[in-house]
Amino acid sequence: MSWDWQYSGEILPDLLRGLRYTVIATLAGYVIAIVLGLVWTLLRRTPSRVFNQVIRWVTEFIRSTPLIPQLYFVFFVLPAWGITIGSLTAGIITLGIHYSTYTAEVYRAGIADVPKGQWEACTALNLPRSRVWLDVILPQAIRRVIPTLGNYLIAMFKDSPMLLAINVAELLFSAYKVGSQSLQFLEPITMVGLLFVVVSVISSILVRRLERRYATT
Amino acid sequence: MSDVLDSYSQWLDGAWVTVRLTLLGGALALVLALLFGMAGTSRHAWVRVLNRVYVEFFRGNATLVLLFWFFYALPLIGLRFTTMFAAVLALGLNVGAYGAEVVRGSINAVPKAQYEATVALNFTPFQRMRRVLLPQAFALMLPPFGNLLIELMKGTAIVSLVGLVDLTRVSKNIQGSTGETVAAFSVVLVLYFVVAQLLQLFVRYAERRVDRMLGRRLPSEPSLGTIAAGAPGAGVAG
Repeated sequence: MSWDWQYSGEILPDLLRGLRYTVIATLAGYVIAIVLGLVWTLLRRTPSRVFNQVIRWVTEFIRSTPLIPQLYFVFFVLPAWGITIGSLTAGIITLGIHYSTYTAEVYRAGIADVPKGQWEACTALNLPRSRVWLDVILPQAIRRVIPTLGNYLIAMFKDSPMLLAINVAELLFSAYKVGSQSLQFLEPITMVGLLFVVVSVISSILVRRLERRYATT
Repeated sequence: MSDVLDSYSQWLDGAWVTVRLTLLGGALALVLALLFGMAGTSRHAWVRVLNRVYVEFFRGNATLVLLFWFFYALPLIGLRFTTMFAAVLALGLNVGAYGAEVVRGSINAVPKAQYEATVALNFTPFQRMRRVLLPQAFALMLPPFGNLLIELMKGTAIVSLVGLVDLTRVSKNIQGSTGETVAAFSVVLVLYFVVAQLLQLFVRYAERRVDRMLGRRLPSEPSLGTIAAGAPGAGVAG
């Protein structure tokens, strides 16, 4: 069996429709991940040590369990508790929460990377806590973590095919569907694979550019 | 809940599949990572190109896409694998590409004077790698390798989508047969967490041993420079 160009052209619109869901899920999930990640990090710095440890283990738990059972959990368990959500919403929420535990670790390292003198200067100037965080520490920390956060956007894009486990009509799902209609899987899945490689290579070049632009040393 | 726990033999079988996939995939990934990682530090441009092509192709692809490709697409052009083999191949090739970047970055991070000393002592390239560069690079590789191993373990959950009965698949089956949705999916998450923590302990132990071997201490919490080294979407390290 050889490559069928005409068939490839015919299935392209289906794949692009799937790509739309992949992009929506990735971007919406990413917004959740970068906001919630910062929340996790700040929650780990409260005066209560017990609370900090609880937050630490919660994030550790989410980070070290795979995405697919988490998707099942959100998609099947929430309805059992009376909350009904669509599969795309469930996918976005799960992807976002899963990756927020990664970005939390990135923010933590970024904050630890801010020179100690900055903290001391804040104390010397008697700045209120809100200004210490909003005007001194976070602007410097976030600048440092931007390239790393960019990497996680790529990572989320690459993990988005797993949403097909709960029947989100994303890229790989649509490729599988058109493939199973015609029993020709070679073209759709190869095209999806190439698309992933192209997007990843381009975006990793962009991330490298970000790294140069925000280099602190 | 008791129905879910009564089927413990299924859980054990599923866990065994997950662990076996992690070990086999990890072994393949380690071999590929060392091979292609060292290729990335070669003096010959064409060997380095080999490393780039491998890394960009298999790191740039989603593991699930690779698995579907091995499982659905390649049999159509006459390449047939068992499901287990396809899964190990997809996981190993993907994680191996991340690993290759870690290996390349770590070897490049060994001080240049070490390399120059081996040249001065007239070491062969093999001796240089085996006796001087790799032992030092190894300590740098271990923490990111540990991350990758846990990512690989999490990655094995995708095999449930092509019909292998791993932990994830077992949870789905038990949910279907007992109807206890909350219990089934809670148990599977806890089991994965336990496996991950065991792997974590093993990695910590290996790190401590290597640190002692080289007489150095690494920081207990990863810094920004190393945190992304083994991360799923990490860019080029080192």
